[in-house]
Amino acid sequence: MIAIVDYGVGNLFSLRSSFAAIGVEAAVTGKAEEILAADRVVLPGVGAFGDAAEKLRATGLDRAVVAAAGAGKPLLGICLGMQLLLETGFEYGEHRGLGLVPGEVRPIAEVIPAGLKIPHIGWNALDFGGRKSPLFQNIHAGDHVYFVHSYYAANCAEHTIATADYGAPLTAAVQRENVFGCQFHPEKSGGVGLNILRAFCAL
Amino acid sequence: MITKRIIPCLDVRDGRVVKGVNFAGLQDVSSPVELAEYYSANGADELVFYDITASAEGRRLFTDVLCETARRVFIPLTVGGGINTLDDFDRVLKCGADKVSVNSGAIRNPNLIRDAAKRYGDQCVVISADVKRVDGMFRVYARGGRDDTGMEAIGWIRRCVDMGAGEVVLNSIDTDGVKQGFDLEMLQAVCDAVSVPVIASGGAGCIADFVTLFQTLPRVDAGLAASIFHFGEVPIPALKAALAENGIPVRLA
Repeated sequence: MIAIVDYGVGNLFSLRSSFAAIGVEAAVTGKAEEILAADRVVLPGVGAFGDAAEKLRATGLDRAVVAAAGAGKPLLGICLGMQLLLETGFEYGEHRGLGLVPGEVRPIAEVIPAGLKIPHIGWNALDFGGRKSPLFQNIHAGDHVYFVHSYYAANCAEHTIATADYGAPLTAAVQRENVFGCQFHPEKSGGVGLNILRAFCAL
Repeated sequence: MITKRIIPCLDVRDGRVVKGVNFAGLQDVSSPVELAEYYSANGADELVFYDITASAEGRRLFTDVLCETARRVFIPLTVGGGINTLDDFDRVLKCGADKVSVNSGAIRNPNLIRDAAKRYGDQCVVISADVKRVDGMFRVYARGGRDDTGMEAIGWIRRCVDMGAGEVVLNSIDTDGVKQGFDLEMLQAVCDAVSVPVIASGGAGCIADFVTLFQTLPRVDAGLAASIFHFGEVPIPALKAALAENGIPVRLA
């Protein structure tokens, strides 16, 4: 059983549907005991870093997610959920993340050339840079996935497993042991996205 | 590199896909869910569902169709039509929509954009503008192209973006249904005015129209069309292959 962490941020309909489409049972839950009882945990999220981090703490689910990761369960953060895995977020102030992956979340405006549109929205190709992660065992370098974001994971090169070129290489995915994060939306990335979710379910 | 998006638009009334030519004389085409699955499997980068229902029963059917689509199709879904309140945003987002496009609802109440952007984020709010030339001026039309609001279009679109619209769909009433190409002049004016993604709509008749669009206006992010896709006049895989051959970045399935 997969637990999709529901802490009042974002729309989880598509995420749950995408697991159903690959024949995997996933429960949307806001209960710590269900997260701790699950085989795998998915941390979604849309919106602003500070609000989301606060909601995660207010519900006490931050501790459940960290405990699940500490117990060695595969954890997948998606979009803002990936950013929350990092130590610090600089979006409307400075906010503490879960600290499961070293690094910080900064505006993409700091690294991309002027004139490119923000947010980085649309389909972009994944570049593995020669790195191999089990999360991508079913897909190929150059496969396209769907991004929507204005902030990116910075100073996390050691744990970066894929980037996407938007005038600069932006962190597309991270991994630290059993903790994974995708900046893009696998649940909105067609067959490639479903193959990434299949790989996560096979970990 | 970010790719140019190809977006089929499905006009839905009473749970079925229809397509207006110059916004009149609608024709039934197919089942929205089946059409959406077909497009997703054939390289569409995103889908727009436009609800042109007037009745409450039709709205319920639309919501059911949207939910069923989101259960089976895993590419971004934008929903428009009949979006007048934050409750309308809520209704379609809960059914799996990723973005919500506002048109007449925002003309009646511009604060809808600000309130929705604050609650759901800029990336979720799309301003869809139906624009027509009147006396040498670009004018905004409401109610599916029926009412001239008298408002100048470029200023209106810029104002919507300032209030938090994260994307613009520009539908030229002048070129819609004519199949002689996108309205490059109107699109250029919008691209010059805003820094968010711009989606071109209205006028595509063949593959070459998309090539011309992206080559002439590199700041246009996506091309949207309906009947030419629904009737198989422009197959999306062939369209994308042609774009790639012309050096335009696209996602090849």
